[in-house]
Amino acid sequence: MSKKTSLHGCHLQSSAKMVDFAGWDMPLHYGSQIQEHHQVRQDAGMFDVSHMTVVDFTGKDSAKWLRHLLANNIDRLTPGKALYTCMLNEQGGVIDDLIVYKMEDDFYRLVVNSATRDKDLAWFRKQITGYDLTMTERPDTAMIAVQGPQVRAKIAALFTSEEQQRLANLKPFTAVQVNDLFIARTGYTGEEGFEIILPVEKATAWWQKLLSADIKPCGLGARDTLRLEAGLNLYGSDMDETVTPLESNLAWTVAFEPQDRDFIGRKALEKQQAEGIQRKLVGIVLQGQGVLRNHQKIKVEEIGEGEITSGSFSPTLNKGIALARVPASTGDVCLVEMRGKYVPAQVVKPPFVRQGKKYF
Amino acid sequence: MTNSVPKTLKYSKTHEWIRQDEDVVTIGITDHAQCMLGDLVYVELPHIETSLELGQECAVVESVKAAADIYCPVPGEIVEINESLFDSPQLVNEDPYGKGWLFRLRPFESTFRELLSADEYTKQVASEAH
Repeated sequence: MSKKTSLHGCHLQSSAKMVDFAGWDMPLHYGSQIQEHHQVRQDAGMFDVSHMTVVDFTGKDSAKWLRHLLANNIDRLTPGKALYTCMLNEQGGVIDDLIVYKMEDDFYRLVVNSATRDKDLAWFRKQITGYDLTMTERPDTAMIAVQGPQVRAKIAALFTSEEQQRLANLKPFTAVQVNDLFIARTGYTGEEGFEIILPVEKATAWWQKLLSADIKPCGLGARDTLRLEAGLNLYGSDMDETVTPLESNLAWTVAFEPQDRDFIGRKALEKQQAEGIQRKLVGIVLQGQGVLRNHQKIKVEEIGEGEITSGSFSPTLNKGIALARVPASTGDVCLVEMRGKYVPAQVVKPPFVRQGKKYF
Repeated sequence: MTNSVPKTLKYSKTHEWIRQDEDVVTIGITDHAQCMLGDLVYVELPHIETSLELGQECAVVESVKAAADIYCPVPGEIVEINESLFDSPQLVNEDPYGKGWLFRLRPFESTFRELLSADEYTKQVASEAH
């Protein structure tokens, strides 16, 4: 029996094509995933991301514990600020990637992937032993991501002028509480916008309000091509427990300073750095026509082989694009095996698209 | 959602439709097939004058989600391909039985084997759904 978000009825009403995603019955698209992609790049769209797992941590050891648990350092966070980070195992493998919000002193909120919920919660429980804090999962929350260059203009009418001002002042990776809504300036599309966490019983009303503000519903299909164009990793495809952030284009999210912060996985990452990092995650742009697919083989002449971790098609560039893990010394070209033939592709540093335009 | 299955066409088990006009047949993919694939972004078609056997892989349609091979439902020689699909593959989604046709061929034989009527195809789609 698949799980349903509180917005499930809204999706059916909008004739969504539903698919299973990590045990949830979620909208893939509402007609055309390409149109939804362009809608977000050019205008404003919204996604039901209530399947994601929200977990609150409170108590006097919260900060101390998170400093140990997460590869990025929460010390810099002040209330209302957010941080993207990996959570590693002792081998430096990525258990999950997540966003941590500092809500107040001794109160942090983590948003983790839905597909990894069970193992994340188990890991939290295991690591929490001996610390003075309380973990509370928040299935009573829904989450709506509103994304696109016209989002600010379009949602203004739904807020008072005082609230609009607070939203206007919101810097990237910060959040405010506006009545029932926890509104963060974050996203997974590479566009301006907000992710809104709100009580489940308010979700349908807000979804309708956003619809009335001409923000179009978009499904997981568009969400995937948008995040790929933006060069954002997908957990389970682009990284997992068998690779480290250093091999996943996520070295920037690992805070090695201060040196005395003993986070889980630190020793393994330091060892890997000392020995030399053998692989890297890069962007691939197909030279000819076609669509890149997960697990296609990459050949880098005179260097070695790699594999596509997320392959798809970029509606903005009208080309096949992908993230791929390749040997560290790979230059700017490679070959991709497609239907038994090796075809040429360009190797680039993600993102592929920024602010609606080619960026590589 | 119910997909359209025009009564005037013939169908293959592999979700192609076939329309006979005098000495050529036109082939495309069904509304059901395009709906299952989602937005098409790339179409690869056979070359003109290629001879195709029954069931031969002869074209590829790719959506963001998946690639699907097209199997030749009627043996024959390719006489025309829908070149507008190279720039506008979405025509297959928008108008699968019209502007989204894939190719035309001149059949080797006057009677076609293994084709389904609209009713038979509808039944097949329904049985696949269960």
